[in-house]
Amino acid sequence: MIEEVRHAHEAALEQVATALTLADLRAVDSEVLAKSGTLGSLKSRLGSLAIEHRKTVGQAINQAIEAVESAADERRRELSAAALQGRIAAERLDLTEITARPRRGHEHLAIQAWERLEDVFVGLGFQIAEGPELETDFYNFEALNMPRSHPARSGFDTLFTDYNEDGTVLLRTHTSPVQIRVMQTVEPPIYMIMPGRVFRRDTPDATHMPVFHQLEGLVIDRSITMAHLAGTIDAFTKAFFGGDFTSRLRPNYFPFTEPSAEFDIQRPDGTWIELGGCGMVHPNVLSAAGLDPEEWSGFAFGFGIDRMARERHGVDDIRDMYSNDVRFIKQF
Amino acid sequence: MKIVLSWLNDIAPVGDDAVAVAAAMTRLGIQVEQIRRVGSTVDGVITAKVLRTERHPDAAKVHRVWVDAGDGTQRHVWCGAFNMAAGDVVPLATPGTEMPDGRVIEPRPILGIDSQGMLCSASELGLGDDHSGILILPADTPLGLAYGEALALQSEVVFDVDLTRNRPDCWGHLGVARDLGAHLGRLVALDRSGISPNGTAISASVDLVDGERCQRFTTLVLSGVVVQSSPDWMARRLGAAGMRPINNVVDVSNYVMLELNQPNHAYDLETLGGGGFRIRLAREGETITTLDGAVRSLTSDDLLICDANDVPIGIGGVMGGLDSEITDATTVVVLEAALFEQTAMTRTMNRIGVRSEASGRFERGVDPYGMPLAQRRFVELLRETCPDLVVHDGAIDARHESMPDEVRPVPTRVSQVNRILGTALDADAIAALLDPIGFTVVGRAGDALTVDLPSWRPDSTAEIDVIEEVARHYGYANLGQVVPNSTMHGRLSPRQERRRALRQVLLGHGLDEAITDSFFSRSELIAAGLSSDAIRITNPLVVGEDLLRPSMRAGMLKAIAFNESHRSFGVSLFEIGHVFPPGDRSGELPDEYEALAVAFSGQDARAAMALWRELVAAMGFGARVDQSLIPAGLHPTRSATLSVGRDAVGAVGEIHPEVSEAFGVSERVAWLELDLSRLLAAGPKIAQWKPTSRYPSTDFDLAFAAPESVPAEKIDKAIRQAAGALLVDLALFDIYRGEGVSSGSRSLAYRLRLQALDRTLTDAEVADVRTKIIAATTKLGVRLR
Repeated sequence: MIEEVRHAHEAALEQVATALTLADLRAVDSEVLAKSGTLGSLKSRLGSLAIEHRKTVGQAINQAIEAVESAADERRRELSAAALQGRIAAERLDLTEITARPRRGHEHLAIQAWERLEDVFVGLGFQIAEGPELETDFYNFEALNMPRSHPARSGFDTLFTDYNEDGTVLLRTHTSPVQIRVMQTVEPPIYMIMPGRVFRRDTPDATHMPVFHQLEGLVIDRSITMAHLAGTIDAFTKAFFGGDFTSRLRPNYFPFTEPSAEFDIQRPDGTWIELGGCGMVHPNVLSAAGLDPEEWSGFAFGFGIDRMARERHGVDDIRDMYSNDVRFIKQF
Repeated sequence: MKIVLSWLNDIAPVGDDAVAVAAAMTRLGIQVEQIRRVGSTVDGVITAKVLRTERHPDAAKVHRVWVDAGDGTQRHVWCGAFNMAAGDVVPLATPGTEMPDGRVIEPRPILGIDSQGMLCSASELGLGDDHSGILILPADTPLGLAYGEALALQSEVVFDVDLTRNRPDCWGHLGVARDLGAHLGRLVALDRSGISPNGTAISASVDLVDGERCQRFTTLVLSGVVVQSSPDWMARRLGAAGMRPINNVVDVSNYVMLELNQPNHAYDLETLGGGGFRIRLAREGETITTLDGAVRSLTSDDLLICDANDVPIGIGGVMGGLDSEITDATTVVVLEAALFEQTAMTRTMNRIGVRSEASGRFERGVDPYGMPLAQRRFVELLRETCPDLVVHDGAIDARHESMPDEVRPVPTRVSQVNRILGTALDADAIAALLDPIGFTVVGRAGDALTVDLPSWRPDSTAEIDVIEEVARHYGYANLGQVVPNSTMHGRLSPRQERRRALRQVLLGHGLDEAITDSFFSRSELIAAGLSSDAIRITNPLVVGEDLLRPSMRAGMLKAIAFNESHRSFGVSLFEIGHVFPPGDRSGELPDEYEALAVAFSGQDARAAMALWRELVAAMGFGARVDQSLIPAGLHPTRSATLSVGRDAVGAVGEIHPEVSEAFGVSERVAWLELDLSRLLAAGPKIAQWKPTSRYPSTDFDLAFAAPESVPAEKIDKAIRQAAGALLVDLALFDIYRGEGVSSGSRSLAYRLRLQALDRTLTDAEVADVRTKIIAATTKLGVRLR
């Protein structure tokens, strides 16, 4: 019987070695190892052997079964690996064969700068106020220390509407009227910015648009000084452009602030850019808004959002920003 | 304003380093736009003699000129000026010369004939404003030399400065020099006293009829005047400052104005009617011929300077009359210097539309007490050419009671200076900054200072004005930089947060953000299907484009058309911005609201609906899609109004084909428009956790044949209601029209997923839901396929 075991063992190993598929291997299970299989069936015949041979033959059968199982496992791993490899090889893709890519929307360049600036000021502890684009003469001029006959009004190139006969409703020329509305409704302390769209009767050219965006800031608190103004200007320009930019104030004139200043920033290469105007809120403006200038002081500043975007992205001509040309929009 | 450096140095030793002086001016708020050197040689411009000139039959505006630049060769140039004759010596800019305005001379041919350079006018060489003809040089000027060398010209450094409204004093060199001198520690010690007469009493009378409008009017009679050319230095400075030299009397008058910011006028006493002046308001419709030859019709709000016989000889502060000029025969002049009320004078100036050197200065404000100094400087300067000048006794100084006070004390607190500026200055330090610029500290009592404001700073009236002067002369750069500790917490408002979330959804949807036009013509609004009853701009930039957008539709269509014209198709844009509906015009301000507009070109209404659905899901927006109410200008069978209650909050669908065509848009355009003032008003809903089931789900499909009259939305709703809480997912995945479905109906196939939170569903439960759904949909007239 030992001879039978040896034959069955060899035949089974041969069957395993020649198996080409996993199904062939499964056949080894049923044809060899199962109770009815070539090796399995030998076990059932052990009982018929003489007692002294049983142990030897039994051991031989078990060893043969183990050897076949082990060979089948090994062969199974080989076949699986080969199958996987075949599949992987067949699945090869040229990843540069791309016919379409997902569309990504592009935020308007001015709005990108707008939101970036909002984030900068939120970080400095500011909140954001908004207001109407059509304004009354009172909010746009009078409350800002520019009564009817004030010569500085002529510098604003205001667009007036037919809303009422006396021409007192106009398109706001700056977002300063929002400052007045804030001062009238919010109890100080005030740390706020007012971004928004503004309008001037300006012929479009490389640096001017009749419709553009401005951001103004207003801080009113006890013991606010001009050093706080300079510090705020420096902080936000550094946050927006980078720490290697510096800023300076130089005297200027606005009816609604005093002392007033123009603020410039210096690029790392040493060149200067004029950015906007600022100053300490004029006592008359505080009074007009119902605040006691002896108790409160503050500063205000304003600049063009579009200008900031242009400077950051090197846009030479502001008109491109408002062409709505997707060839421009998709660049940013 | 043009400021001449040598002139400043005559008044205060500010130094010759133009760049350093400009930097100091900028620190003081006198912004230098440009530094120029004028009157010197322009490299490449040489002296040449005109040999002959010749007209060309085909050239009306230019003629041919042959010149000799001293080297014996004839050079030919085309020239647009005709004021030269053979033998004249003229400046010739040779090819390659860069002119002071940056232009480079090229041998540009006309009618096929080259020009070997350009003959130059005085203004082209930066020698003042005279561009009326070619500059004719003295006949004995050597040829072929750099023209500046040939004429032994001296150059002047000129600063073009941009002056702010609060610095009228800087419209005279004295104002700039005073500020710079104080800043640089080189003080101006100025004697403001007037002139002493050395002649008999001769007066030019003054009758101030309307003195509210002319607060001061001074006259001084001078004889022994010989009208002639000004000395070179004066002509050069005037030219550098942008004024054309005329004769010694007019030049001195202008020089005094440019130096002291005191406009003045010299009249010939012999021709001055009645030998005096009468200052009164004009009669309505009264006319005067001004210096420039124009006949001006006046109103009763305009001030006239008349002679003593009441004949108008000038418009007060604005412009002299045609016959008021002195002539070569003049020997006795009346020097007039006056103060006109600013706002009324400005009204006249704007009404007449004349802005002169004088009127611009009166508009900004002159020194009410500057006349004596002006008279003295006039005499000093005129004596250079008229040594026998006699200053007659009998000067008149007519004043009106409304004239500002000479001494204007303003209480100023040391503590207030430091409170505003963040400085720690004491009274001495403040006085040291103020005194040199004429803000004289005349009283001190502890914290309280009394500061006398200088008469040449009419803009300064209050303590804060004094504080600004302290800041300027302390130096803005020295104030330090301190970031304030905000006592508010920085954040976006709920609405601002929602707007940003909305923008993220739109960008994620692949939409590009546009900012379209605000102003439209009537016909554009009508073409877009919008009401032309819009808010109108009364002074539009472009005539006809005077209506404020009631919707972003017209602007978006223009943007789509623009992109199509550049072969960019399938462009999808959105805009968030304010629009201005007609409204009932009852409020203090017109109606105005924030809107969203989305245009998908090359896509149909379903793209707009898909986005609306996405916004409903992402933003929690809600509205009824009412296809029975079609907004004007939208596609009648592919559009709907989005309604909340009775109010429209938006529109969805497609642009009407006629509207697209009117804007030159060839593609279909899907359209979504929302009133964000309504939809963003609700606070953000913070998404709340819902448990996800751990039990298996069951999927099945249902296809219905539904009549076209039954909207899919209704079937959708019926399924959801019938299925109840077990329905966790419902998707319409196939729409079919055609064979197998009766006409007038379409097949709608839905995939449903049922799942319970607490158990595995039994077949009976699933069958029950299915039965309920079929029952509910059957009621709609929809049949299961």
